Amino acid sequence: MAGAEQRRFRLFRGTREGGELKEYQVAAGEGWVVLDAVHAIQAEQAPDLAVRWNCKAGKCGSCSAEINGKPRLMCMTRMSDYPADEPITVMPMKAFPVIKDLVTDVSWNYEVAKRIPAFQPRAPDNADGTWRMYQYEVERPQEFRKCIECFLCQDVCHVLRTHGKHDAFMGPAMLVRAAVYEMHPLDKAERHEHLRREGGIGYCNITKCCTEVCPESITITDNAIIPLKERVVDAHYDPLAALWRRLTAR
Amino acid sequence: MTTSVRDLQERGFGATLRRDAWWIAPALTALVLGSFAVYATWAAWTGTNYEWGPYLSPFYSPLIKTSWWPLSPAFLILVFPLGFRTTCYYYRKAYYRAFFLDPVACAVGEPRHGYKGETRFPFILQNVHRFFMYAAVIFIFILAYDVFLATRWPVSGGPERHFGIGVGTLVMALNVILLASYTFGCHSLRHLIGGSVDCFSCARGGRARFRLWRGVTVLNQHHMLWAWCSLFSVALTDLYIRLCAMGVIHDVRLF
Repeated sequence: MAGAEQRRFRLFRGTREGGELKEYQVAAGEGWVVLDAVHAIQAEQAPDLAVRWNCKAGKCGSCSAEINGKPRLMCMTRMSDYPADEPITVMPMKAFPVIKDLVTDVSWNYEVAKRIPAFQPRAPDNADGTWRMYQYEVERPQEFRKCIECFLCQDVCHVLRTHGKHDAFMGPAMLVRAAVYEMHPLDKAERHEHLRREGGIGYCNITKCCTEVCPESITITDNAIIPLKERVVDAHYDPLAALWRRLTAR
Repeated sequence: MTTSVRDLQERGFGATLRRDAWWIAPALTALVLGSFAVYATWAAWTGTNYEWGPYLSPFYSPLIKTSWWPLSPAFLILVFPLGFRTTCYYYRKAYYRAFFLDPVACAVGEPRHGYKGETRFPFILQNVHRFFMYAAVIFIFILAYDVFLATRWPVSGGPERHFGIGVGTLVMALNVILLASYTFGCHSLRHLIGGSVDCFSCARGGRARFRLWRGVTVLNQHHMLWAWCSLFSVALTDLYIRLCAMGVIHDVRLF
């Protein structure tokens, strides 16, 4: 291959019971991303290597992994970002159980998503059963619609990653999903109780790692989690807000 | 050799597969925040050299001199700005990382188990941030009034005052601008002013609230920058006035 450069890789090979880092060498072409190299290894050296991928364009969220310790999409990580004389280590996401090699079981996220109180539109504004809303109102939840469900934010969140609080905390991706409904101008459902108790929003300590790793540049912490935390404060920790609700019967 | 996947990833404090200098940011944060805490405590404790000419240190404003309080007057008021910064959403990130190592950096191992986050005492008290914000907004107006007073220079020891501006006036004005940019970009203010509204076109005064929310959002997007700039400006304003009062430097009167 013209302009090819020998690069070393260390890939996790194994299952949730155990495994090891195996080293491979690959002739990497110009402009390659890490997923290109993993595919070359799979094609030429390790046909049984398990790797999940789909679009190769950073839009499907399938090829999430940890590259040199950082949660990233393999298809959006250029090999030229790493020194050529050092091996690139690729591990599966730590926050989820490994199925095989680089593939993890992320089904827990979908179970959590099912339990978020669903979008509940208010009564139609017009007799023909339609609603009226404006672009400036829906821009806020639209930002969260960019989520590609790569679950890198879940993976980097220390509450799940290090402390394993999967039973107590829904994680940043699911808070973003809740924010999509919660901030929608037509929605009338209340989610603060779900967010506080089952969602465990209090476990988030705002360290913003989720925002740092988001490949869609969603401002997860500032635009989704903190506004949701403030809504929980309104409902549970603000005596003035409670008094106001009582006085105005709202 | 077969190893569990968790053994290959980070376990224990500081363990990580990251190869970048992840420790620099928390180390710098700890150094700067720690230095500010030491300086602010010392400056508040001394109870001297906090005013010179028409200037008053922000650590001592509003100045409350009373006979029943034996300590420095700064301790009567510092709980409000201190509480505002301590419960601030940005500073929470900074000190959880730098001092509590929870986590020290993204995807880096932590020293402790039994994490409770902000669900239990004492960190559940972070939820009072909005009440400190109310006080912080009042302080902005007090400090702005101090800037006005810093343009009123005494004339030869008498009660009469003339308009004038010194370097200290500009330092105090810049401090108020930076503090206002930090305070008016607060996440709690952003929520209360419009963030809690989903349907602006349905809410009373919705259009106005949306414009206010958008304005606060512009400042909020750079909340970290304002947080640091205002932290430095408060300390430097106090230092400038202190050095003038001690006679170490001489304030330049511009007009």
